[in-house]
Amino acid sequence: MFLMRIGVLLLGVWLVGCSQVYETTLDNGLKIVVKEDHRSPVVVSQIWYKVGATSEPKGLSGISHVLEHMMFKGTTKHKPGEFSRIIAENGGRENAFTGRDYTAYFQQLEKSRLAVSFELEADRMHNLLLQEDEVRKEVQVVMEERRLRTDDEPEAQLYEKFIATAYQVHPYRDPIIGSMQDLQNLRIEDLRAWYQRWYVPNNATLVVVGDVRPNEVFALARKYFASIPRGKLEPVQIPAEPAQKELRRVSVALPAEVPNLLMAYHVPQVTGQSGEWEPYALQVLTNVLDGGDSARFSKELVRGTQVVASLNTEYSPHAPFPVLLLFSATPSNGHTVADVEKAVRAQIERIKSEPVSEAELKRVKAQVVAGDVYARDSVFYQAMRIGLLETIGLRWQLIDDSVARIRSVTAEQVQKVAKKYLNEDNLTVGVLNPLPLSGTKKKPARAPLGGDHVR
Amino acid sequence: MSANMIVRRIAPVWVFVLLAGLSSTAQATPQIKHWTLDNGARVFFVESHEIPMVQITAVFDAGAARDSGEKSGLATLTNRLLREGAGQLNADEIAVAFEDKGAEFATDSQRDMAIASLRSLSDRDLLMPSVTLFAQILAAPTFPEKSLERERQRALIGLQQNAQSPGDLAGIAFYRALYGTHPYAQRPEGTQDGLKAVVRDDLLAFHRRYYAGSNAVLAIVGDVSMREARRIARDVLGGLPQGERAPAIPPVPDPDPSVSGKPQRISFPSTQSHILMGEAGMTRNDPDYFPLYVGNYVLGGSGLVSRLSDEVREKRGLSYSVYSHFVPMRERGPFSMGLQTRNKESQRALQVMRDTLEKFVADGPTEKEVGDAKKNLSGGFPLRLDSNGKIADNLAMIGFYGLPLDYLDTYIERVEAVTVQQVRDAFKRRIHPAHMVTVIVGGADR
Repeated sequence: MFLMRIGVLLLGVWLVGCSQVYETTLDNGLKIVVKEDHRSPVVVSQIWYKVGATSEPKGLSGISHVLEHMMFKGTTKHKPGEFSRIIAENGGRENAFTGRDYTAYFQQLEKSRLAVSFELEADRMHNLLLQEDEVRKEVQVVMEERRLRTDDEPEAQLYEKFIATAYQVHPYRDPIIGSMQDLQNLRIEDLRAWYQRWYVPNNATLVVVGDVRPNEVFALARKYFASIPRGKLEPVQIPAEPAQKELRRVSVALPAEVPNLLMAYHVPQVTGQSGEWEPYALQVLTNVLDGGDSARFSKELVRGTQVVASLNTEYSPHAPFPVLLLFSATPSNGHTVADVEKAVRAQIERIKSEPVSEAELKRVKAQVVAGDVYARDSVFYQAMRIGLLETIGLRWQLIDDSVARIRSVTAEQVQKVAKKYLNEDNLTVGVLNPLPLSGTKKKPARAPLGGDHVR
Repeated sequence: MSANMIVRRIAPVWVFVLLAGLSSTAQATPQIKHWTLDNGARVFFVESHEIPMVQITAVFDAGAARDSGEKSGLATLTNRLLREGAGQLNADEIAVAFEDKGAEFATDSQRDMAIASLRSLSDRDLLMPSVTLFAQILAAPTFPEKSLERERQRALIGLQQNAQSPGDLAGIAFYRALYGTHPYAQRPEGTQDGLKAVVRDDLLAFHRRYYAGSNAVLAIVGDVSMREARRIARDVLGGLPQGERAPAIPPVPDPDPSVSGKPQRISFPSTQSHILMGEAGMTRNDPDYFPLYVGNYVLGGSGLVSRLSDEVREKRGLSYSVYSHFVPMRERGPFSMGLQTRNKESQRALQVMRDTLEKFVADGPTEKEVGDAKKNLSGGFPLRLDSNGKIADNLAMIGFYGLPLDYLDTYIERVEAVTVQQVRDAFKRRIHPAHMVTVIVGGADR
C-alpha cells in the first residue's frame, strides 16, 4: 500500500520534471538548459565552466579559484566591482563558487532582469581585463580566505592532509583553494592563459530556472552570447588513481580541543551508463548508515553505545572521477578515535555480512522520493543540480532517473557494493590529535607564511 | 566538512534573516490567513499547491533569553530533547515514524525563539501520522534521564569545539561584553557550568512554563486547504495548555559613556585575528528599523558593494569577509562589524573599519547610495519569498514579533520611503563609534 502511493507520486514527479526542462546549443557551442518554475516572479541564472582544481598543473594550485575572484575585477566595458554593483542595483544577489571540476557564477533576480545578467556574463566570458594591481590585492584576499577556512581550522588541516593521502596521484588530492606557496607565486600571465584557455562558450553551460519562457531565454542568450567565438579546447590528461593496495594512516597534531577522525574508501562515481547500479546501491548504503535519526549510526553509535558525539557520512557520486565514501567523526567524552574507528568498521562489517532489512530499504526509498520533492522548493537548488550534472558530462535527465534507480536497489546489491569496496586495503584513516591550546603563545607548528600545509 | 569543498567568493554574511517582504509589481504577496486557537496559539497560513509538500513551523518564546545564568543551556537542551521521547514512544520509535514517511523533523533554539518544525509530503496518508506525532512531541515529551546525560555530553563537546575556533571565541566574548548581565548575554549553546547544572526536572519545568499555547506561534505553508490547515493547527498545538505568555525581556541598557571602547584582546594561536566591534542595535519593531536597515546596506550589509567591503577588501586586500549587520530581536539585538585579517595587519584593519564607520555616522550616505540600496532591497524582494520554506520563515517572524499582517504588503513602500536625512539621523542617534565593544582574538600583531 505504502509503496503504491510512492509509485504514483514518483510518476507525477517524473512527468513534471521532464515536461519543464528545455535545452539548446548555440553554434559556438554554448549549451543552454532552461527549467520553468512559475511559482514566484524570480529567475536564477548560472553559468558553469568545465574547469576547476582537477585541471590545474603542479605549481598552479588554486588558479581556477583566483580567476573566479578576478572575474569580478573589470572587463574592457566595466570597471572593477561594477558587475556586482549593477546586479545589486537590479535587486539581485550574485556569487560564484569553484569546485574540483567546475567554476560557476550565478545571479538571482526578479524575472524581468535576466538580460542584465546575460549582458554581464557574456561580457566577462570574453572581455576580462586582468590588471596587475587588482591581481595583487585579490591574491591577498584569497590568502585571507585560506587562513580563515583552512590554516586556522584544525579539522580542515587534517582534511587537507588526509585527502592528499587517500589520493596519491589523482588531482583530487590537491586543495581547491591552492597552497600558500602557489598563491604567492601565481603570475598574471598564468591567469591570462587560464582564462583564454577555459572561458570559451564551448566549455560552458548556461542554466536558467524560474518564471521564464524557454524560447525567450534562448533568444536572449543568442543575442548576448552568440557572437563570442568558440575556443580550441585541448583536453587535460588526468592521471588515474591506482587501486589502493593497503590501509593508509595519517595524523596531524595541532592546537585543538577535540579529536577528529576521518575514514574513507575509494568508490565509483555515477557514469551515466545504462544498467549502472553500484553508485545507487552505495547511496542506499550511505542512507542506511546515516540517513537521519533512525539510521544505524544515530541509533547504534550516537544513542546506543554512545561512542561518538557526532558522525557524518558523505558520498557525492556526481563527479567525473571515482570519489570517496567519507566518514567524519568526533568521539564522545571517554572514548578515543580508535574506539570510533572500531565501531564504524563493525557497522561496515555488519552491512557486508547480513542484508539490510526490508524496513530500512523502504525507509531510505521513502526519504529519497520525499527529498526529491523538497528539492523542488528551491529554485536555486534546481539550477545547481542541472548545472553540476551537465558540467561533469552527465545529462540533466539523470536527476529524474536517479530516483527510479535508487528505488530499484535491492538488499543484495547493497551487500555486494559493501563487500566489493569497503575493505581494509581500500581504506584511509586520518586522525587529529589535539595539542594544548592554552599556553601556546606562538603560532602552531606550521611553516611561516608561504609554507605549504604539509608540515 | 565537505569532501567537495566549494570555495565561495564571499562568506555568507546573511546572519540577517531579515525576511523582508513585499512585491512591487505583478505578483501579489502571499495571502496570509491568521487565526487563534482556544489556547491562545496564533496560527499563520499560506496555501500553496504547486509542490506536494507542507512546511509546519512551531515557534515558542522559549529561547536562551529564558535561561537563568546558573543553568545556561537549559533552553537548548529542552528543545533538543523533544525528539528523545513522547508519550509511550522512545527516540528510536519517533525517528522511525517520521522517516518512514519521508518526513523531516527539526529543532533549533536561539536567543529569542525555540523552534520545532516538520516538513512532509502532502499526501494525507503520509502527512497526518507525522502531524499527530509532532503534536505528541510538543505536548508530552518525556525527557529521559539517559538522553539528558548524552545530550549534555554532546553539548559540552560543542563548547570545546568553539574553544578551538578563533571566530567562535570572538563571537562569545563579543556578546558577553556587549550584554553583561542582560539575558542576551547567554548563549543558546550554554556554558560548561550551566549545562552541568541542568537536571531532568528543569527540562520538565521549562517545557511546562514555555511550551504553552499562549506562548506559541504556528506557521503552515503548502499543499493543504484552509479547512485542513485549521485541523492541522488544532492537531499540532491544540493539545497544549493555554499557559502564560513569557514575561517581557528587560530592555537592553544604553552603553556606558565612560566605556572607552578599548579593545578586549584574547590571545589565540591562529594566523589571523578576528575582530568584532559593535553595540546594542535595534528591535524587530524598532521605529528606526527601516532607516537603519537601508543605511546598513550601504555601510556593510550589501556584500561586495558596501563601503566596508570597498575600504577593507577591495582597496586594501585586508580581509576575505567584512560586514556590518543588525540582528533585530525582541529587545535590541546587536549591531556588529566584523573582519578577519593576518595578525600583523590587525591594527590597520581595525583602524580602517573604525574610520569607515565614523565617517558614515558623521556624514551619512549619499543620495545615490540610498537610491541604490532601495533599488536592491525592493527589487530583490521576490527572492525573499520564492519558496515554501522562506514563506514559512516569514510567517513565523511576523507572528513571533507581532508584526502587522500586511507587513509583507507594505514592506517595499516603507523601504522606498526612507530618505538620506532619516538614515543620517538614525545612525547619529543610535550608533556610537566611540563607545563600542571591540574584541580581537588572534596572535600577536607582529
